[in-house]
Amino acid sequence: MLNTKSAAIRARDNLISQKVTTLLPSGIRKFFDLLSSVEDIISLSIGEPDFITPWHIREAGIYSLEKGYTMYTSNSGMPELRQELASYLELRYGVSYHPEHEILITAGSSEGLDLALRAIINPGDEVIIPDPCYVAYPADVILAGGVPILVPTNEENNFVVRATDIEARITKQTKAILLGYPANPTGAVMSQKEAAAIAELAKKHNLLVISDEIYARLVYGAEHICFPSLPGMRERTILISGFSKSHAMTGWRIGYVAADRRFVQALTKIHQYTMLSAPTMTQMAAIEALRNGDSDVEKMVQEYNRRRRFMVKRLNEIGLPCFEPKGAFFTFPSIKATRMNSEEFAEKLLLEEKVAVVPGTAFGPCGEGFVRCCYATSLSSIEEALKRMDRFVKKVG
Amino acid sequence: MKEVFEILEQNARATPEQISTMVDKPVSEVEKIIKQAEKDGTILRYKTIINWPKLRDEDIRALIEVRVAPQRDVGFDAIAERIYQFPEVYSAYVVSGTYDLAILVKGKNMQEISSFVTEKLAPLERVQSTVTHFLLKRYKENGEIFHLPKETNRRLPITL
Repeated sequence: MLNTKSAAIRARDNLISQKVTTLLPSGIRKFFDLLSSVEDIISLSIGEPDFITPWHIREAGIYSLEKGYTMYTSNSGMPELRQELASYLELRYGVSYHPEHEILITAGSSEGLDLALRAIINPGDEVIIPDPCYVAYPADVILAGGVPILVPTNEENNFVVRATDIEARITKQTKAILLGYPANPTGAVMSQKEAAAIAELAKKHNLLVISDEIYARLVYGAEHICFPSLPGMRERTILISGFSKSHAMTGWRIGYVAADRRFVQALTKIHQYTMLSAPTMTQMAAIEALRNGDSDVEKMVQEYNRRRRFMVKRLNEIGLPCFEPKGAFFTFPSIKATRMNSEEFAEKLLLEEKVAVVPGTAFGPCGEGFVRCCYATSLSSIEEALKRMDRFVKKVG
Repeated sequence: MKEVFEILEQNARATPEQISTMVDKPVSEVEKIIKQAEKDGTILRYKTIINWPKLRDEDIRALIEVRVAPQRDVGFDAIAERIYQFPEVYSAYVVSGTYDLAILVKGKNMQEISSFVTEKLAPLERVQSTVTHFLLKRYKENGEIFHLPKETNRRLPITL
């Protein structure tokens, strides 16, 4: 008899886990669907470079296939690549990692983040995350069995999380602080002073820091602070990064984790049971990127910087005030003057002017009143998009 | 300053206002740089890249290797000038290797180019020999790739 089914059996009837069912906020899902139904849009909502991977890097990938490098590599990744990365991190940020024991090559930095969280979280452990943040942070914490604790950030502090705000949320359950600077969606960059204050806090409360530095190379007139390079932080930081943003290699899925060996050992355990190894062709391309790709990065950064200045200036001119983002490739203008909420604004702008931006609320409650505009798209598209946004703001204002 | 020229080289129609924002310098300074460069020959001319094959109205082009006898005091300069003054010649270089001048010429048809070679170029006093290579297909010129498939957007409309 159907209605006498026990609760346990009913729960089993829902074939998808509860954790997964509740993941993505429904508002964003709706916006995604709407977006794919409108044609000929100008999209400022794409979070990846518009450049194609530089040819010499693509060519290295092709060469590896030609030569038949089609097998697994060691779980940790090719020794040459780990060696290159160790030298790179030492040279650029002054942090040394043992290439054999302290670097793990992952399939994109996303894998690294997932591994790091799964390796450290016990059920119920809390991970502190600035709000707004990259969408995967809270989701990955939940999937790993942890509890994301969001710390609000705001425009007044250029969306950099303050140590005092973090400290107010530390409990017995707090395990780690998850940082992503330069930041998606705000473009915020952390200063030496701000980072040092958080480092002190981590030491004081014996917390780990997971530092997602995927946008490290995309900074404009600001210095990137590599978190493990701060005094005493190498031992308690799991550094996550990759090639997607710096070398325009999103589709290759290649990233890395660098940390003290006890962490890398733990992450490698999960990696060997789930991913085995990052794609071989991709690892060969990454070696080429590290050996000969620096001038490409500089060229792309220069180009992003021109577009960034252009977009920030225009946004401020058309009445969508925007603090100066010094990293990544996003601007995060306030849309409060339009008296619409973020989702309304994004939806109307899409339908009326065919310009796509991402509602700030996609990245957490503190994103309300803001939208994310990406400038990793051609200057002519940015110009046209801003012309339309100007018209839109005038119409609704 | 270099950045102003880099931007103009990519897009000759970039306005001083746009450039000023991109390089974070006052408009007046950008205007001054451009004016000065136009005056002193740093900026020679503003041209447009036309994809002629698209109009099915393409010139015939040839690369000609020229061996010449250099002259005392002026080296290759005098004979090079005699050659590059011809309007058929659109690029000319002195090169190292088995020949001396590499010139690129264009004409309406093959006939035009062969008469240029046989009637004008080869009879020049200091020209010893020529080898003409007709260009069969243009792939890339001055950094521009021709015959590219129509630009398709490979990116998803939204990624977070």
